[in-house]
Amino acid sequence: MNSYILDIQNLSKQYPSGHKALNDVSLQVERGKILALLGPNGAGKTTLISIVCGLVKPGPGSIQVDGLDVIRDYREVRKKIGLVPQELSVSMFETVWDTVTLSRGMFGKPADPVYLESLLRELSLWDKRKSKIMTLSGGMKRRVLIAKALSHQPDILFLDEPTAGVDVELRRDMWGLIRRLRDNGVTIILTTHYIEEAEEMADRIGVINKGELILVEEKNTLMTRLGSKNLILELAEPIQQIPEALAPYGLTLSKDGAQLVYTYDSHAGHEISVLLRALQEQGIEYRDLHTRQSSLEDIFVNLVAEGV
Amino acid sequence: MNHHAVKAIYHFEMARTFRTLMQSLASPILSTSLYFIVFGGAIGSRMMDIDGVSYAAYIVPGLILITVLTESTSNASLGIYMPKFTGTIYEVLSAPITPFEIILGYVGAAATKSVLLGLLILVSARLFVDFSVLYPLWMLLFLVVISVTFSLFGFILGLWADSFERLGIIPTMVITPLVFLGGSFYSISMLPPLWQTITMFNPVVYLVNGFRWSFYGVADVHVGFSLAMITLFLVTCFSIAWWMLRTSYKIKN
Ligand SMILES: Nc1ncnc2c1ncn2[C@@H]1O[C@H](COP(=O)(O)OP(=O)(O)O)[C@@H](O)[C@H]1O
Ligand SMILES: [Mg+2]
Repeated sequence: MNSYILDIQNLSKQYPSGHKALNDVSLQVERGKILALLGPNGAGKTTLISIVCGLVKPGPGSIQVDGLDVIRDYREVRKKIGLVPQELSVSMFETVWDTVTLSRGMFGKPADPVYLESLLRELSLWDKRKSKIMTLSGGMKRRVLIAKALSHQPDILFLDEPTAGVDVELRRDMWGLIRRLRDNGVTIILTTHYIEEAEEMADRIGVINKGELILVEEKNTLMTRLGSKNLILELAEPIQQIPEALAPYGLTLSKDGAQLVYTYDSHAGHEISVLLRALQEQGIEYRDLHTRQSSLEDIFVNLVAEGV
Repeated sequence: MNHHAVKAIYHFEMARTFRTLMQSLASPILSTSLYFIVFGGAIGSRMMDIDGVSYAAYIVPGLILITVLTESTSNASLGIYMPKFTGTIYEVLSAPITPFEIILGYVGAAATKSVLLGLLILVSARLFVDFSVLYPLWMLLFLVVISVTFSLFGFILGLWADSFERLGIIPTMVITPLVFLGGSFYSISMLPPLWQTITMFNPVVYLVNGFRWSFYGVADVHVGFSLAMITLFLVTCFSIAWWMLRTSYKIKN
């Protein structure tokens, strides 16, 4: 009946302090996709994830995972979920192997040393399996958290700011791992305030700000819908001003008069040829032209600014 | 029942215990041995028998209980306080487990340790003092029930505490005085009548008397009454611990 693996309806949350962290959030996530929740610090990303995973009491609204209610059917629901928390919370005195074994058991799965070995190998933790966690670097600890979250082979993996404070190499590794998991059918929901990360990783992007989910869209649709393109013309001869006849195109001229910039919707491509013809008629020659698509960053800044 | 989870938590907690085995066993055993040397050997030889039992032997059950109560409380409280303190409790909260399973894992491990500790002290006491246990099975039953009860108490304390100070204050400020004033080292009949009455409000009286009865068949309180009281404490502690987890008291916003 419910094709979404995660279905959140009208969820709000007010902390006991009185702070309203989520306001009427509705979000559906399709199976086997990577959803990035993008938002500035304090937007409510961690709160949202924590409520789904059972760390924070939900406010009004409903949450279903794979058609099951997260409160009423919490045991079934939680077996399907793995969580990599934002904070590096790992018990320092235990070994990597012991803590991963604990996690698997805690989520109701029988011991499976073969699977755990392959998991630790995949995360480059196998050589460290007998090391106490406190002897590991921050990046390694982050890997341990991922191993714990995957120890029971969940269907959905939540990653709360997985690459915050992580070096470039580990970030690349993690992106690779996340893609492989997605290819194996795992649904991934990650939060980030790095736009680059959402752009690189996500199939869909949700933008969250001040507790409100502003939009959720396919990344590509989002980029084309909101992302305007710029056509930049490098003029052969600088001009003083834009001729009257070209006014309808809303062109901008660079200060030195050597560059004309035309801004257009990416789905209105035919206007370009009209513009180019008009330029020719005005006798304006150009030696080069190129286009630039606005990045998620531009989109994001616009959205958040509108939200204010 | 998520028995994999119970087993996993239990093993993990037992491993923690065994990693710190030396400090968690050595120090109580050493201090109890000192008690035996001083009270049992040096002073005890000048004391009269109580209820036909030599003083050195009379205090053995009480000495065992002192360690069992304080160790149960501090070990179980630390077992749940540390995850709260370091944040690793997130995993327990997000796991498919019921309050009962959480209690079974954590409290079960803490109680196991206390029972082992109690038995070890019993054996080491035998090196200093000559005594025998009249009803070994009853002795074991009392030891287990008392260990579980005080591990539950410690678990509650660990859930409730929000600082190490609070965690440490209960065992020293509450448990120790109650044990000393609860007839561990004397018979209640040796007190003036008013104090005898006041003492009956001290729960430790029932623990010590039931436990001592299993050793020597003598007690200030009827053993059935002791057992009933201990069961009452057990049920109360369990209910509170269960309710705290159920309502996520102090662990969820
Ligand atoms: N336990 C809490 N009590 C009160 N307010 C909180 C609590 N946790 C988070 N908040 C507040 O809720 C808002 C959202 O926080 P959070 O979900 O952590 O945002 P994000 O993960 O997007 O940075 C912030 O303003 C934060 O200060
Ligand atoms: Mg956060």
